[in-house]
Amino acid sequence: MLKVLDTSHSTGPQETFVLNLGPQHPATHGVLRVKLTMDGEFITNAEIVCGYIHREHEKMGENRKWDQFLPNTSRIDYLSAMMYTHAYVAVVEKAAGIQVPRRAEYVRVLTSEMNRITSHLLWWGAFLIDLGGLTPMLYAFDDREMVLDLLEALTGARLTFCYYRFGGLCDDVTDDFLTGTRKFVKHFRPRLKIFRRLVTDNIIVRKRLEDLGHVPAEMCRKYGATGPMIRGAGVAYDVRRAEPYSVYPELEFDIPTQPAGDNMARYLVRMAEMEQSLRIIEQTLDKMPDGPFMAKVPRILRPPAGDYVFAVESARGRFEVRVVSSGKEIPHRVRLRSPCFCNLSVFEEACRGMLLADALALMGSIDLVIPDIDR
Amino acid sequence: MIIPEPFRLLTSLLAVAGFIGANAAYLVWVERKAAAWFQRRAGPTEVGWGGLLQPLADAIKLMSKQIIVPPGTDRLLFCLAPVLIMVPAAMCFAVLPFSAALVPRDINVSLLMVFAFGSLNVIAVMLAGWSSRNKYAIISAARVVSQNVAYEIPMLLVVITVLMVSRTMNLTEIVAKQAGGFWHWNVFNLAANPLMPVTFVIFFICMLAETNRAPFDMAEAESELVAGVFTEYAGMGFGVFFMAEYANIVAGCAMATILFLGGWHSPIGLWPGVWWFLLKMYFLIFTVIWVRWTFPRTQFYGLLNLSWKILIPLSLFTLVLTSGLLKIFGR
Repeated sequence: MLKVLDTSHSTGPQETFVLNLGPQHPATHGVLRVKLTMDGEFITNAEIVCGYIHREHEKMGENRKWDQFLPNTSRIDYLSAMMYTHAYVAVVEKAAGIQVPRRAEYVRVLTSEMNRITSHLLWWGAFLIDLGGLTPMLYAFDDREMVLDLLEALTGARLTFCYYRFGGLCDDVTDDFLTGTRKFVKHFRPRLKIFRRLVTDNIIVRKRLEDLGHVPAEMCRKYGATGPMIRGAGVAYDVRRAEPYSVYPELEFDIPTQPAGDNMARYLVRMAEMEQSLRIIEQTLDKMPDGPFMAKVPRILRPPAGDYVFAVESARGRFEVRVVSSGKEIPHRVRLRSPCFCNLSVFEEACRGMLLADALALMGSIDLVIPDIDR
Repeated sequence: MIIPEPFRLLTSLLAVAGFIGANAAYLVWVERKAAAWFQRRAGPTEVGWGGLLQPLADAIKLMSKQIIVPPGTDRLLFCLAPVLIMVPAAMCFAVLPFSAALVPRDINVSLLMVFAFGSLNVIAVMLAGWSSRNKYAIISAARVVSQNVAYEIPMLLVVITVLMVSRTMNLTEIVAKQAGGFWHWNVFNLAANPLMPVTFVIFFICMLAETNRAPFDMAEAESELVAGVFTEYAGMGFGVFFMAEYANIVAGCAMATILFLGGWHSPIGLWPGVWWFLLKMYFLIFTVIWVRWTFPRTQFYGLLNLSWKILIPLSLFTLVLTSGLLKIFGR
């Protein structure tokens, strides 16, 4: 069998070598280093060395006021900045007991789902570059650009959005934004069909993804892998449904799952998630209530002492913020549970015995954002 | 008109060198423009009109860069490898018939010579990988060797099929026998072998694999092996590899045109001449570029499986079929 190396019958000294994948390697999408012990082109052992861009976000949170930490959250996983800001904003609101207006919650869901689409589009392009197909990236960016233009007009940022505030939003949505979003939804559905015909059904893509890079549900549970990783292993775990937050309980959407647990399963889950995000966006646009977009919030926040946890479903999985307040202007402790760190830890076990090229396809299918791993 | 031999030699040399140089330089531009077109962007626009001077700027940049030979490499082989990859690619052009009169050297075994030199580039790639003293380079070199060995076989089997149909090793005569309309071309020569279009497809796939082009670009699998065998090459060392890649593509597409698409013959019998040859050849080159910017890279074992399990049996079958048909129906 070619796909998995069987070393049980080999005799004599094992002739292996160490291949240093990274920290500057085109396939790791950033400064991640993996020390691979290779037997020819087969991987016998992988050791992940991370921490190259560790920035101490958690410590920074403990050194500044509650609101001063807000911009940091969008720089942890810069591809799902909206969701990350949502988690932090929501945990502080929970701690301080702030009631968020419904309009603000709807806009939060709307912008978060738009952010999810941009994140998945970027992953799609980058993943296909990992597989050696260079053109889909530009197709993905074509559509991503439309969303980013809308979000830029709304928030002023294109990547590290800091749009949510404790108790609501920084600014109300404009009519231009809402009509532009409707236009994008109409434009994007046929584009997803094009992507399917152009890439998903391509025989080379199928051969490279199907039946390779197995990450079964038990392995996901063992390492705490969430998001498309565990949904690609057949478990319908989604924080939006498991621990409903914001106005997600009022919206209809499915949790796409695939039973296979291979690269293709994760790929298909993400493609289906983009369609579900479009559904959510349409519903929020239809149901968007009128009213204030900001609650009354005290000028200086001093949440009562206690331990507060809030989790959101980011584009990569469960992102959880835990804050410990001692009733002061500054949090006593900030702890971030980022999905990429747990998702990546699966790699060491899952890639064993694989060929280098297939292991890199597996790494691409995990959808890594390195600053999210190192924090 | 008879040109004295020394002048003929000199003009041929200059013409071949110029042709390769111009093609290597401007195919880069064509590829970048074509890629931009596939990807809905503009491509090079800054240097010259439509970026036409971009290859010149690239050449100046590459030549002005320092040639870095990393410590611990086999210096001689490391420097020899780019030369060894360029020379055989250029040698092929010495016998290619561009038209009935436009043949640098018309020799009797030109077919053999092209494939003999064409198969040399694998040695240069292996030397480059070996002497670089880089793990990515050596993995890539090992891949390239097994890939080229695997694809040399179906390619030559297909060429033997054409050889049996044409009964000559002289490329000029092979083309001459395909005269008179596109139904006389080898690719449509269904009387000799009903599977002739399939052999053309096999030849084209093998040509892609032999020139290490996507989707078979194992030599430079940039998302897996950084830059494969070229990882340690800087400046013009890399530039020569880059030129040789295009020279090989031109040679491969020229051979496909000569063997299967009737060389300089017009498809409808009008205005035969070198332009038909160039038109067909550049169309094939465009197809090569098109394939690269459309498909992702295959797996390495998928690539070997394709050759050993599909292409080799198929090309063997067409070979046996052709010889059987020739034996029964004769000429």
